[in-house]
Amino acid sequence: MSPNDIYQRLKVEFGDDILSLNEEPGFEPAIKVNPNNIVDIMLFLRDEEGLEFDYPSCLSGVDLGENLGVVYNLYSLKRKHRITIKVEVPKDAPNVPSCELVWRSFDWHEREAYDLLGVNFVGHHNLRRILLPFDWEGHPLRKDYVQPDYFHGMKVQY
Amino acid sequence: MSEVKDVSVVLGQVPTQHMKLNVGPQHPSTHGVLRLVVELEGEIVVDVYPVIGYLHRCFEKVAEQHTYTQVVPYVDRMDYVNSMNNELPYVLGVEKMLGITPSERIQAIRVICAELNRIASHQIAVATFGMDAGAFTPFLYLFRDREKILWVLEKLSGSRLLYNYIRIGGLMRDIYPTFKDDLRDIIKTIRETNAEINNLLNNNKIFVERCANIGILPPDVAINYGCSGPMLRGSGIPFDLRREEPYLIYDKLDFDVCVGSGTVGTVGDSWDRNWVRMLEMEQSLRIIEQAMEMIPDASEDVRAGIPKRIAPKGELYSRAENPKGELGFYIVGDGKPKPVRVKGRSPCYVNLSVIPEISKGYMFADLIIILGSIDIVLGEIDR
Repeated sequence: MSPNDIYQRLKVEFGDDILSLNEEPGFEPAIKVNPNNIVDIMLFLRDEEGLEFDYPSCLSGVDLGENLGVVYNLYSLKRKHRITIKVEVPKDAPNVPSCELVWRSFDWHEREAYDLLGVNFVGHHNLRRILLPFDWEGHPLRKDYVQPDYFHGMKVQY
Repeated sequence: MSEVKDVSVVLGQVPTQHMKLNVGPQHPSTHGVLRLVVELEGEIVVDVYPVIGYLHRCFEKVAEQHTYTQVVPYVDRMDYVNSMNNELPYVLGVEKMLGITPSERIQAIRVICAELNRIASHQIAVATFGMDAGAFTPFLYLFRDREKILWVLEKLSGSRLLYNYIRIGGLMRDIYPTFKDDLRDIIKTIRETNAEINNLLNNNKIFVERCANIGILPPDVAINYGCSGPMLRGSGIPFDLRREEPYLIYDKLDFDVCVGSGTVGTVGDSWDRNWVRMLEMEQSLRIIEQAMEMIPDASEDVRAGIPKRIAPKGELYSRAENPKGELGFYIVGDGKPKPVRVKGRSPCYVNLSVIPEISKGYMFADLIIILGSIDIVLGEIDR
């Protein structure tokens, strides 16, 4: 299925929650959706006949300046097609519903995005830091992150 | 006189207190600085909580502060036992953003390097897995052969492990004159040793008893957890990116996608995962034999295609088949010399996340076997 077909299919089902499709050359074909309805959209993508995106490739958080973005890369082992789903949330309220129960793979990926970018995945059963120490302050991959001088009395920058 | 209570006990149903045991981070059987908090009932694993991050080196933050070319050596240090394979998806992704396609000679050399390194990585996996089960000799044999591969890669690139050989748009330097002779020598040695390893380790009754029916990963669970590589193929699903989304010259090469079939136990057990790695080594040798013939005799300047200015605009998710599974890079560029975001989707990170699911109900000693069969490298998990 081509990205445009997938877009039309989602548009019929979810209407205004599906915002736009980007098919520029040099960009991964991506569908931008409303974050509030992301779990239903993911379940539809996973279970609907003809789409069947069963394989969760990747989840990345991105700092877009004003907003934070979450990018889901999905693949279908059965149909051999792929699609990218994107959501954007404001930095002062970065709440995205968690998709960990749609694909268990996103459990650790969401924890990583929370750890490094501070995206708050609502409904995640165990949203704790995963790569950084549990008492680290701030989210390092944000562009406005300022590195602390000391961590527990140890100098951070060598 | 106190009354004597009649206490009847059914063995196996005696409730015991759960104990939490800390494994690692400094322990040889965790294959690096991995910490596992294991909840035990007697000797039976009730739950496992992996704790990672001890080797976190801020790869993604560092990548944002360097130019596209300078990221390549950092990518090497993710999975340090197969650097060539790490470079591939990153370099291919940036090349795709720039619209460059290297010549067939460069592509053939890249494939040979990637496959040589895949064999080296699988040799480590099988060797350390054998050692987890208590077999020390195969470890020595496999490391002896791996040294030959490293020697060839060192002759090519100048370094033993962290090559920085595959460059955006080309290669670091061309192959040396006796390259093909060295490859023929390696192919012969590895075929002989692998036959020996099969006798010594994989068909050994003690080893089979330790690994068969241990850590069974059902196919639907494997897909839902996003497992890839020998982990997913061990469960019987023929998913190999070299076949699914061919890159470089893989579509012109003849090789099989090896899957686990439950030869000695159930499909998807630890033995199957290990066996898939043994079979893949043979397929890699076949690929090298074919790709070797595709290198044209006439030499060419492999650095000619390296662009002077690398500042692509766009974003894409580029992936390739790493020995451990699907290594992907989500690269965002805004037309400046430094990337805006590089996210590494590391296969070990995803494969490790399935361990609480597949180790429940097994003995504690089996947990070490399951962990060994996943074949993790902590440099890639923690990035």
